[in-house]
Amino acid sequence: MTFASIIIQLLNGLAAAASLFLVSAGLSLIFGVTRIVNFAHGSLYMLGLYGAYSLIQALGRTPMGFWTSVVLAALAVGLVGVLIEVLILRRIYKAPELFQLLATFAVVLVIKDIALFVWGAEDLVGPRAPGLSTVEILGRRIPTYDLLLIAIGPMVLLAMWLLLTRTRWGALVRAATQDREMVGALGVDQAKLFTSVFFVGAVLAGLGGALQIPREPANLELDLSVIADAFVVTVVGGLGSIGGAFLAAVLIGVAKAFCIGIGTVNWFGAEIVFSKLTLVVEFLIMAIVLVVRPFGLLGKPQAAQRIAADPAPPLTVPSWTFVLIGLALLLVVPIATDRYVTILLTDIFCFALFAVSLHFIMGPAGMVSFGHAAYFGLGAYAAGLLLKRAGLPMEMALVLAPLVAGAFAVVYGWFCVRLSGVYLAMLTLAFAQISWSIVFQWDSFTGGSNGVFGVWPSAWLAGKTTYYYLALAFCGAGIALLWRVLFSPFGYALRAGRDSALRAEAIGIDLRAYQWMAFVLVGALAGLAGAVYAFSKGSISPSTISIAQSTDGLIMVLLGGVETLTGPLAGAAIFTWLRDEVARRTEFWRAVMGLVILAIVLLFPQGLVGGLKALTQRWREARSWEKTV
Amino acid sequence: MLSVKDLHAYYGRAHILHGVSLEASAGEVVALLGRNGAGKSTVMKTVMGLVSAAKGEVTFDGKRIERLQPYRIARLGLGYVPEDRRIFTELSVMENLTVGQQPPRQGAPAWTEDKLFALFPNLANMRERPGGRMSGGEQQMLTIARTLMGNPRCVLLDEPSEGLAPIIVEQMARSIHALKGEGLCVLLSEQNLHFSQAVADRAYIIEKGQIRFGGSMAELTADASLREQYLSV
Repeated sequence: MTFASIIIQLLNGLAAAASLFLVSAGLSLIFGVTRIVNFAHGSLYMLGLYGAYSLIQALGRTPMGFWTSVVLAALAVGLVGVLIEVLILRRIYKAPELFQLLATFAVVLVIKDIALFVWGAEDLVGPRAPGLSTVEILGRRIPTYDLLLIAIGPMVLLAMWLLLTRTRWGALVRAATQDREMVGALGVDQAKLFTSVFFVGAVLAGLGGALQIPREPANLELDLSVIADAFVVTVVGGLGSIGGAFLAAVLIGVAKAFCIGIGTVNWFGAEIVFSKLTLVVEFLIMAIVLVVRPFGLLGKPQAAQRIAADPAPPLTVPSWTFVLIGLALLLVVPIATDRYVTILLTDIFCFALFAVSLHFIMGPAGMVSFGHAAYFGLGAYAAGLLLKRAGLPMEMALVLAPLVAGAFAVVYGWFCVRLSGVYLAMLTLAFAQISWSIVFQWDSFTGGSNGVFGVWPSAWLAGKTTYYYLALAFCGAGIALLWRVLFSPFGYALRAGRDSALRAEAIGIDLRAYQWMAFVLVGALAGLAGAVYAFSKGSISPSTISIAQSTDGLIMVLLGGVETLTGPLAGAAIFTWLRDEVARRTEFWRAVMGLVILAIVLLFPQGLVGGLKALTQRWREARSWEKTV
Repeated sequence: MLSVKDLHAYYGRAHILHGVSLEASAGEVVALLGRNGAGKSTVMKTVMGLVSAAKGEVTFDGKRIERLQPYRIARLGLGYVPEDRRIFTELSVMENLTVGQQPPRQGAPAWTEDKLFALFPNLANMRERPGGRMSGGEQQMLTIARTLMGNPRCVLLDEPSEGLAPIIVEQMARSIHALKGEGLCVLLSEQNLHFSQAVADRAYIIEKGQIRFGGSMAELTADASLREQYLSV
């Protein structure tokens, strides 16, 4: 590379960093005060971009029209943030944190379909910034707009810093980040403070999106890709540190730009395609930073928010009658019903094992994973590739696939168990995204975006009914194994570690080793689910590893309820069935799903099964009360 | 000014308060005495709305407050100083005071930073120091000063002398006298009988979530068997 091209790539990276910083700063601010990981933050960014596109069309492609549109779009997104806070999140601040997460997933689904309805499925390419041309730097032409973006980043950083350190609002925000209950006891209305924080955070996301209008087309995939980027930036910089977010955004923006700029290089005879690394590089940076500095570049260990949360209740074993009746019913299904139900139930078995394995790691083991699809997808791909590329028989591929997924979990888990809480969750997402990027780009081996075809079971298993029983046997055995393990000393140790890591270690439990083993166990079983799924469909696409697949798993678990064993089963069944039903009737199935989830979140803040249990409990208490009276 | 009647409260399923009743008036310092775990802090938190009252009435200034959110209770002029101080460690002394600030209130002394620095001179020299870099005694003064910034008519002090050096405890006693002089109603919880005798006009004794004694400080001082039964360790 020449000096000139280094400078050019540097400028490119810095320009890209501006929006990344804006959206991450908003995410970080909201998390600090409300402790909500706002998955919908990428959606707000997307709305900013679409909003700016439409406003510029309405107001005209003049400098005045352009900049007014950018500002108006950001403010409008701020109002959307206020609506989300007031209508949904405010009602569930007392619910478990994971339930708030579920609510924000639902918002992602709803916003995606609103965007689809308003702006259509085609990418929309915005205009260049009117009145700004290019400047020549070292013999290359650089858009003036990029230089402007490079200046906007530090300006927003300065404005945020002044706001947080020089105003009473800033003092309240920082105080609430540490101890919001005390802030309330001092007479501050938390609801208003939260709303204002959501407004500012959403404006930042909207501005980040709107400013990208000359640089990137508005499209419906932005919501999840931006939230993944924003997670990485927030975690690399340190949660709650605005300065850290800026540093991380610059680091990642520049690294990405250099990967594109370097292109293909020949090092020691090996050809390295750097431009293909752009999808992976940020996650590599994140993995390295988190291992070296577990709380990010400028972050500090999170002070536990003082919320009087009730500890998770002890798990109860599902009753044998319940399990046996369920099994008996499932055994007669293929005889009693049609092909459609058989196929749908086969899907449900796979997702049930997927959900139960996710529940194992996030509930009893206390490690929330945002990237559980990694193991599901790797299991599916292992099965497909062992069959097609290695030429193994299907039976062998099915048995080996979970081991492959488990082997990946050995590596990923080693890093993950070093962290806890949100950092851990985001690192799991990073590993899932690395896996996805590799699978997506390695055309010659994985089939790239097309995936793998012709992944069919052996002839004797190929019948839909036969395969139904195979899926029932394998997934049922997997679920039984996971449940059994929860009531073994190993399971008790994990639950002890979740409730208090310090106390568990003080009585001689090597918690990290146990958590690592748990990681591998659930990774292998999620891989089994993926392998069974792959053979039932006959093809595999990268979407089995996508963030969307991971969030589907989270929705299943949270919908059913984290605190019960049977919750994930109910969640997987209802989610899979509902998605199938709704998707056949409307193009806007995501919005319907999102609204259903929101309704459930607002009505049953303990999940469906948890809510039913609470209802029956109340009913019993009422009855025993009547008896005593 | 503050009246609690038959208050019941739970932590999860544990029944902590079993019908607590007490009163405190303006210009009066009332001590709530009891051993560790007797329920002193829970009384304070329940009055403040931080723990929800399962049953009973809390009346402040003629208004029922047992169903209100903590910030509404604070805005009526009831100040709360927690036992573990709960200083905002990242914020400077001045910023901690800012968070506690409320508009002036009729019938309550109006506090300014300068007036508070006169009451707690140690704080005046560390205005820009982060709360996390202060000694325990300094933090205790800051947490009281922070609550006073809300111009309360009545303050709940949860174990103000706990863990403080004797010289600081003396200073604390002088400060509480000053608050009484301003006409505030002060309800303080204490294990330290000596300190309470120095500052309080009346006392209640709580044990196992129930009030066992209520009377003047002089009565309590005269009754050795009462102290033996409920307070000695």
